[in-house]
Amino acid sequence: MGVGIQVNQLNAWFGATHAVHDIQIDITANHATAIIGPSGCGKSTFVRCLNRMHETIPNARVEGTVKIGDTHVYGNGTSAVEIRRRVGMVFQKPNPFPTMSVYDNVAAGLKLNGYRSHRDLDEIVERSLRQAALWDEVKDLLKKKSGASLSGGQQQRLCIARALAVEPEVMLMDEPASALDPISTSKIEDLIFELKQNYTIVIVTHNMQQAARVAEFTAFFLSGKLVEFDKTEKIFTNPGDKRTEDYITGRFG
Amino acid sequence: MVGLAAGATLMVLVPLVAIFGYLVYKGIGSLNWNFLTQIPKPVGETGGGMANAIVGSGMILLIASLIGVPMGIGTGIYLAEFGKKRFGYLIRFTADVLNGVPSIVIGIVAWSLVVVYQKHFSALAGGVALGIMMVPIISRSTEEMLLMVPQSLREAAWGLGIPQWRTTLSITLRTASSGVITAVMLSFARVAGETAPLLFTTLGNKFWNFNMNQETAALPLQIYVYAQSPYDDWHRQAWAGALILIILIVISMSLVRMAASRGVFKGGN
Amino acid sequence: MLKQMNGPLLKTKAQPNSAGPSPEEPAALVPRRKFEHKSSRFADATFRYLMLACALSVLAIVVLIVRELILSSALARHAFGFKFFVTQVWDPVSGDFGALPFIYGTLVSSLLALILAVPLSIGVATFTTELCPQRLRSLLSYVVELLATIPSVIYGLWGMYVLVPFLRQYVQPFLAKYFGWTGLFGGYQFGYSMLAAGIILAIMIIPIVTSITREVMSAVPTAQREGVLAIGATRWEMIRVGVLRNARTGIMGAIILGLGRALGETIAVTMLIGNRPEIAKSLFAPGYTLASVIANEFSEASDDLYLSALVEIGLALFLITLLVNIVAQLMVWSITRGSAQRATA
Repeated sequence: MGVGIQVNQLNAWFGATHAVHDIQIDITANHATAIIGPSGCGKSTFVRCLNRMHETIPNARVEGTVKIGDTHVYGNGTSAVEIRRRVGMVFQKPNPFPTMSVYDNVAAGLKLNGYRSHRDLDEIVERSLRQAALWDEVKDLLKKKSGASLSGGQQQRLCIARALAVEPEVMLMDEPASALDPISTSKIEDLIFELKQNYTIVIVTHNMQQAARVAEFTAFFLSGKLVEFDKTEKIFTNPGDKRTEDYITGRFG
Repeated sequence: MVGLAAGATLMVLVPLVAIFGYLVYKGIGSLNWNFLTQIPKPVGETGGGMANAIVGSGMILLIASLIGVPMGIGTGIYLAEFGKKRFGYLIRFTADVLNGVPSIVIGIVAWSLVVVYQKHFSALAGGVALGIMMVPIISRSTEEMLLMVPQSLREAAWGLGIPQWRTTLSITLRTASSGVITAVMLSFARVAGETAPLLFTTLGNKFWNFNMNQETAALPLQIYVYAQSPYDDWHRQAWAGALILIILIVISMSLVRMAASRGVFKGGN
Repeated sequence: MLKQMNGPLLKTKAQPNSAGPSPEEPAALVPRRKFEHKSSRFADATFRYLMLACALSVLAIVVLIVRELILSSALARHAFGFKFFVTQVWDPVSGDFGALPFIYGTLVSSLLALILAVPLSIGVATFTTELCPQRLRSLLSYVVELLATIPSVIYGLWGMYVLVPFLRQYVQPFLAKYFGWTGLFGGYQFGYSMLAAGIILAIMIIPIVTSITREVMSAVPTAQREGVLAIGATRWEMIRVGVLRNARTGIMGAIILGLGRALGETIAVTMLIGNRPEIAKSLFAPGYTLASVIANEFSEASDDLYLSALVEIGLALFLITLLVNIVAQLMVWSITRGSAQRATA
């Protein structure tokens, strides 16, 4: 089962640039929440604050609180590595490990954290690939094909399988389908539909139709601020804020 | 003007061809099984070989790589993954300085540190000298190779909750591995032919020696001594030894080139 | 307007429209495994300190070099002071040591090498970057690089048995006959001479001067070349003004780097220079360099003062090459901005 995320007064900087301002948002467990907004509005930065990836950039800073379930992400005793094991991330451009086979890619999160049991690994790899709807396409070449030799859509599903293998509670997806063709995109959207039952999903997208298709909740960001957050249906039919309406109807961005 | 430039190029090619040509011409006749398996005969007698020098060189290179490779790769990793602005520049600059120190000076330092301390000459001292020389070469290339690994791979690993040290070793370094191996082989080729640092550290030896705490024969040293000797037979052997040395170097350089052209990543797109 | 957008925008999917995960594996009911999460803080910190230690070791090595050179030369430094560098006498028997002949030999042989190598290097660099057909380019650069891989002792061997006889038989008589009036080509024609050393040094530094010159020439932006052509320059003028002049600083850097290499070169020079601590005007005369005297006499130095004097020569050599290399690096960096860039992807 997934967990909810509570964000309180979240601010983030790149050096002197204030990228994300005072975000207050509650993300519901086991649902998909879409983050939409024009380019540069801070949606990716916000999401990367949730799994403490933002701080890996030199001179980056985060203030505020994020709670995932009962855990304070930025709490004093919490290690970033811990959080990232519980929060999976899929990036915009697929990034499978090129020196590893499909099998090793999926198992990477486990093997490189010391998990040894071979029988279990086989099981987990198969299950993750099935969840990512990739199993049938690669089951005969698991250890022979390198992760980087798959097609773009397959690579992204591989990355999803890899993220799923460590059994996170939350899945963050940063424009996961923007680099893919429509068929692969469709497959990934189906995936998100299925994954919702077990995981809490946050998906950044600049494709409003995609948000409408897969997410129950949508948040609209503009210039680093959260403008509106509500059920997807409400955002797209009857937005409360004029800026949201302008964005939805294509007047800018 | 094209003529002048082309002429200059030709003039530069002449010594290259001449040197390689002479090496083969003068050395090939003496390259036989005896030469490769025997140790030198007593002064004045013809025959004998440089077997002990070849093995000795191998021993010294082994000691050198035990020192130079870990320090070099470690420095490269630090500069690529952890090096903050000013300190990183300082280390890089110091490595470049070290690169430019004449090898005879490194020999003096190894003499002072090891030979004087131990009160005798040894293969160890020679290995220390060569190891010091390997560090900046390996470090520079390792850093370059690691920086070529895209940041997205590191982020993918971090996103999975893989700790920094594991990411650096199992993902970043592994992806750059063929490049790093290339760098190590290059450093081998560079120090394998060095004579000066061995002159008063390893000294040379007419016999077999497998003890790293004793004087040992080395291929470049042997060539140096034989070339300057008054014996024709030793001159002949010097050419043969030189031919072996250059063959070994050319082989490792070709391997380097082949690995480099195959690309840095294994199993790429 | 908003009502119209409802339709296509709000097509919420009740069913996925392509085959989802295999029907026999309902993802919903998979139990979550509990992995023990070991803290990585200790391992991360240890790793970082280990790598830092390696990096610091580079600093430590340079410090050690300076320390050992200074300590081991103390005896000679205290005995001779600065006079050491201007005294011409080098007499191990009487314990009278002066480094002037070696300084002279080092400078003259390196200078000669530069005079011979630089025009050739610039020529080769120009040819390979601007003038030669694409296909030849990588082959030529490979070949020049090959010159750089030849060990010093092999240059020396070839020098002794091919170059020196050649000089003795053809070049020296020719030079003496037609250019003897300069005073540079007089005296007995041993073959083993400053001239031989200068020539072999020139061959040895051509690769590095050429490759750096090529690098800085390639770094000159195409816009510069085109700008000169556009005002009606010939190809040669374009190279001279558009490329060479712009790359001037970098080429100076390459030359100085070559100088640095020549100053420290030991074995090939020792085998060809004759090894006599004399200062003579003629290039046919034997000479001695800082590096050569160390190579020749260190293992036979019989007393502490002798050894210490040799180490002091090593110290001098270290400082000279250090200075030259720093100046050269700065000049080359200013053109090519020498640090590697992080790949963004």
